[in-house]
Amino acid sequence: MRNIFAIIKKELKIYFNSPIAYIFLVVFLLISSMMFFMDFFLLGRAEMRYFFEWLPIIFIPFIPAVTMRLWAEEKKQGTIELLLTLPIKDIEVVIGKYAATSLFILLSLVLTFSIPLILGILGNPDWGVIFTSYFGSFLLAISLIAIGMTISIFTSNQIIAWILSTAVFFILLLIGFPFFLNYTPEFLINFFENLGFMSHYRSFIIGVIDSSDIIYYLSLISLFLLINVIKLDSRRYR
Amino acid sequence: MIEVKNLTKLYGDFIAVDNISFTVNKGEIVGFLGPNGAGKTTTMKMLTCYLSPNKGEIKLNNLDVFENSLDVRKNIGYLPENTPVYEDLNVIESLEFFAQIHHIDTEKRDKAIKRVIESCGLGEKLKNEVSELSKGYKQRLGLAQALIHNPDILILDEPTTGLDPNQIAEIRDLIKEIGKNKTIILSTHILSEVEATCDRVIIINRGKIVGQDTPEGLKLRSEAANVVYIEFEGKLREAEEILRQIEGVKNLYKVDCDLPKVHRLRIETENDLDLRKEINHALQKNEMELLEMRKEKASLEEVFRQLTSN
Repeated sequence: MRNIFAIIKKELKIYFNSPIAYIFLVVFLLISSMMFFMDFFLLGRAEMRYFFEWLPIIFIPFIPAVTMRLWAEEKKQGTIELLLTLPIKDIEVVIGKYAATSLFILLSLVLTFSIPLILGILGNPDWGVIFTSYFGSFLLAISLIAIGMTISIFTSNQIIAWILSTAVFFILLLIGFPFFLNYTPEFLINFFENLGFMSHYRSFIIGVIDSSDIIYYLSLISLFLLINVIKLDSRRYR
Repeated sequence: MIEVKNLTKLYGDFIAVDNISFTVNKGEIVGFLGPNGAGKTTTMKMLTCYLSPNKGEIKLNNLDVFENSLDVRKNIGYLPENTPVYEDLNVIESLEFFAQIHHIDTEKRDKAIKRVIESCGLGEKLKNEVSELSKGYKQRLGLAQALIHNPDILILDEPTTGLDPNQIAEIRDLIKEIGKNKTIILSTHILSEVEATCDRVIIINRGKIVGQDTPEGLKLRSEAANVVYIEFEGKLREAEEILRQIEGVKNLYKVDCDLPKVHRLRIETENDLDLRKEINHALQKNEMELLEMRKEKASLEEVFRQLTSN
């Protein structure tokens, strides 16, 4: 546990010592609130539905921006050799890095709480739906972090990590959309729909917490974190 | 103490390290010498548990590197090649991170950090971002990171590359000071460094150990150790004949000389023979005037080239 905390602290310091964190937070808040207010003034309803519908699309370029450096930078600078020769288990490094990035994304979601606050003042929003929506968004975000982190471990170039992660996220979003599913062979429709993250996300934003959706996210996360551990261990294969 | 037995590492078909064995005792500073690509860095990566060998056994303080990997790593201070440091942290933050990972308690942490800051001369740069540090200071930080937990074993991969002569001298003194009661192995291709700091040298080429001795012992292996130059007045032919009759003389070469009647010769003798007296006697007996005689100084450079050129 101590080791994991040390890694989390180090990773968060690296985020906040460089301008990345601040630029990320400002731009993320700006774009996400813009998405909210556009529809809010048009429809005049005390709900965040459109905000949460836009959020996955905003995540697609933004999450790779925080995951791309996780391994790629360590590999490029050579610090990975320092890190992995310390008396610390590979899995602790993986969990520490993952937790730090997840905390950072949690912070950026918390900073959007000003929106529900305004809604609370102006009208009478459905707090339950807002809660489940935030919960679903966070689950989605941390699943994407696990995938982005895994992509970062296979390259020492941050730009490559960003492009590949964005592409993978985009595909995962796309395969859940009707216009894509219309052109898929029938026997694959079900598979694609369940593989894409949108079908598992939508229930949360209408206020439903379905255990199968939670299992989907949790298995995505464990699968990809496991790949990280295996990849780190592979250097020791005889 | 470091014990390496029959270590072999393959990268695909390429044999990076080929069945090497060596021991480094406590209190000893061993220089790991070899041309680029000889397998120095690969060996160090295996010593620090970063890579696994295909064959062989490594024990550090009697603990197996693979079975007790985590325990072994607690006792190692490692400075990898090119001194990687976290560019986005400042000096204090970097040292704190390493202290935390090594489970140094909060009360002792400040002391430990202060100790390495002093011994590595980082005092003025505490609040500087690492990315702003010069190469020399990054190197010092790398060493400080490796020393923070006061490890028994230090593995330093080219600790002085990229430093200016003053910094090199400082780092060397530091290593010597630390080395008194630790086990240190350092790689380098700067030969004067080995002479200045190391008790013993291991020369490696193409993955194999080609020489293992004290710096002085290695120098004796040099061909130069068996060369004598003489300058004399007299007949050249005659002198050559006389000298060839001395037992132990292998070859004679004439060396150009501008002075009239004076000749210069390079005499190669058999290993470990000092024939200066015999040469002097022989020339005197035949009434030739010896003007100068000089034994060529052996250098590690030459031994290194001999052992590692193919």
